[in-house]
Amino acid sequence: MIDFGYSLTPSSTIEIDDADMSLFDELCAVEPDAIKCMSCGSCAASCTAGVFTDLNLRKVLLGLQRGCEEDVLPQLKSCMLCGKCHIVCPRGINTRHLILSICKIYNI
Amino acid sequence: MKRNVLIIGGGPAGMEAARRIRDYGHTPILIEKESRLGGHLAKWHKLFPEGESTEELLTSLTADMEGINYFTDTNIVSINKLKNLYVAIFSNGISVQADAILFATGFSMFPAEKKEEYGYGIYNHVITNADLEHFFNTGKDPRIKEPKVIGFVHCVGSRDEKAGNRQCSKVCCATALKQACEMKELYPDATIYCFYMDLRMFGRKYEDLYLNAQRKYGILFVRGRVSEVSEDIDGRLVVKAEDTLVGKPIRITMDLLVLMAGMSPCVENPKIASMTGVHIGEDGFFMPRDLLYRSVESHSKGIFFAGAATGPKTIPETLNEARAAAMAIDHYFKQKA
Repeated sequence: MIDFGYSLTPSSTIEIDDADMSLFDELCAVEPDAIKCMSCGSCAASCTAGVFTDLNLRKVLLGLQRGCEEDVLPQLKSCMLCGKCHIVCPRGINTRHLILSICKIYNI
Repeated sequence: MKRNVLIIGGGPAGMEAARRIRDYGHTPILIEKESRLGGHLAKWHKLFPEGESTEELLTSLTADMEGINYFTDTNIVSINKLKNLYVAIFSNGISVQADAILFATGFSMFPAEKKEEYGYGIYNHVITNADLEHFFNTGKDPRIKEPKVIGFVHCVGSRDEKAGNRQCSKVCCATALKQACEMKELYPDATIYCFYMDLRMFGRKYEDLYLNAQRKYGILFVRGRVSEVSEDIDGRLVVKAEDTLVGKPIRITMDLLVLMAGMSPCVENPKIASMTGVHIGEDGFFMPRDLLYRSVESHSKGIFFAGAATGPKTIPETLNEARAAAMAIDHYFKQKA
């Protein structure tokens, strides 16, 4: 192929049509509170690991909802299951339980 | 002495005020430009926060109309001030002398076709909140065909200076969630998205509506204003927005898009204001004496306001203002006597 000296940049658009939501649906079946999140950010703000790593539970949940699990799941490896996010969540989501279920269903 | 009160507008504000004014012993004369009473409310099917029936509310509002003179299909031709009286001429040729006037002129729906990028009136599957209520009432709309993916666009013609409406229309967030849940009941397999800027669930039970929409109906929320809509080769809608919480643009193909058209000032406000000298705010809504303490009084003696004439309001706020206006009018007569 001729090298023209430039390359194509992949689009950053999230194509919802192509998202495979089967694992997320499976998650919601065992963790119906997964869709109660209103993205307030309390979990990320209180996270003991989040200040040293990229862990952000709000972004993880949103990423799963948009079918971008590959982008967000590695974050969960930094979670120490301290449970501070559970204490602050205004929607009362059992975040620790939710994180464990995510790990189980998405096999991480 | 019996006094005449001219009430302009036969929506919930005008109807409620008319009965209260009659109960104070005065004579209400109600005029409505459309062929039936009820205003925008009469076109709705169910109401937030708990799916209350519009028909029941209208029945309560019209149950006791004895002693209320009302004219439908009637407009104001002119209003002139004569000392302490107003003389109004109607389009049906009747003229009345009124001791006080109540503006219950409400709002005009924002014309959704003005937001051309959303394609209302251009694409086959773009409808408005009012169209969807009509569908709930009649079961008929050729644009709704077993939709699998449905989107609701909040703030269409609200919080939009370019569209001429800087204000929040107040009722659309709750209406969108109510309608999204109703659609999910009709089409349980559909995936439903709400595109919002802020979810303004300010009233009692509204937050429960939000929680129900998430938990019970699985409505998905995207924080971001839809930027543009196009149609693909199969006639489905391609919707673009930024998911501002993810920080990336998203694209979804949909079968139905519902635009939450907001409340614009009533298009006849400038005409009525010029006849009576009442003030109009920068936003186009009538300006009361002040926004806190005298919210139902105008700057002109003997002229009062109720309901969405002075800005977007919910039904209970409108009804309470109608009662407050009736009381203010009675108080005004007592002071004059």
